[in-house]
Amino acid sequence: MRFLKGFVRFWYDFIIGDDWKIAVAVVSALAVVLIALLAGLGGTATAVLGGVLLVGFFVIGVVVDVRRS
Amino acid sequence: MHGATWGLMASTFTASFVEFVEALTIVLAMGVTRGWRSALAGTAAAVLALVAFTAAAGYALSTWLPAALLQLVVGTLLLIFGLQWLRKAVLRSAGLKAMHDETEEFASQTAAARRVAAGSRFGLDTFAFVVSFKGVFLEGVEVVFIVITFGLSAANMGAAIVGSAVAGVLVLIAGIALHRPLAMIPENTLKYGVGLLLASFGTYWAVEGLGVFTGGRSLSWPGGDWAILVLIACWLATSRLLVHALPRLKPEVAL
Repeated sequence: MRFLKGFVRFWYDFIIGDDWKIAVAVVSALAVVLIALLAGLGGTATAVLGGVLLVGFFVIGVVVDVRRS
Repeated sequence: MHGATWGLMASTFTASFVEFVEALTIVLAMGVTRGWRSALAGTAAAVLALVAFTAAAGYALSTWLPAALLQLVVGTLLLIFGLQWLRKAVLRSAGLKAMHDETEEFASQTAAARRVAAGSRFGLDTFAFVVSFKGVFLEGVEVVFIVITFGLSAANMGAAIVGSAVAGVLVLIAGIALHRPLAMIPENTLKYGVGLLLASFGTYWAVEGLGVFTGGRSLSWPGGDWAILVLIACWLATSRLLVHALPRLKPEVAL
């Protein structure tokens, strides 16, 4: 059990790090882009939307982080 | 050699350099306070574990995952790593977080190591072995991910490995020669640059990889590979805007 906990902790620290909001921002932005893509948005427009949303969600995550700290 | 190959080597060199410096700091702290035998044994065990991990991860990624899914997975991981680094770099540049200092990190690691009572197993100091193993393995896995993702995506694993290996050798030589943490390395600036690179390549590949859900073909960015330069410029501009704007949100804690 201790090994399992340590294993999960290691990968959490490795992937999520000390600010979970970054991972949430990335996954949320990609999910929105995927929905737009499946709804019929063109490939090039999807790529541009993806870039804009990733930047936007990152900015929101950092601003929330600073305001709450 | 092409410019793209130099760019690939420079990217893996810089990213790996930062990770190697952090691993070296931990091993030095354990070696100085608890003994070199246990610290080096932990490092050697971590290197062996890393070799096994690299072989398994590299084989699995390149063999089982379709190209678009590979781009989505590695792009998302790079984005998360890159944006974590960029966030810290922005907060440090804005004066909202203390600068990372290897000397301070070394002092805190050695102080912690001195407080822990000695306990040995198989003739090795357990604390020094475990801390060295964890430090080298954790930083090493990040290096492995960066090398595999950059190497596979640029279809030039050799250049990616060379960039990283040169960084490892240089840090090792400097560590042996100086026998103290590499405090003169402008680590915060390096991390800022690496964060920008990882975020830009991560954005490019993750979005391309979303094509796996619509027929399995990667999406295309306008301008093809040139879009990466635009993405680097966008992330740089965004981070500089944040550096200037964030202190206004929290003027009382700005350092």
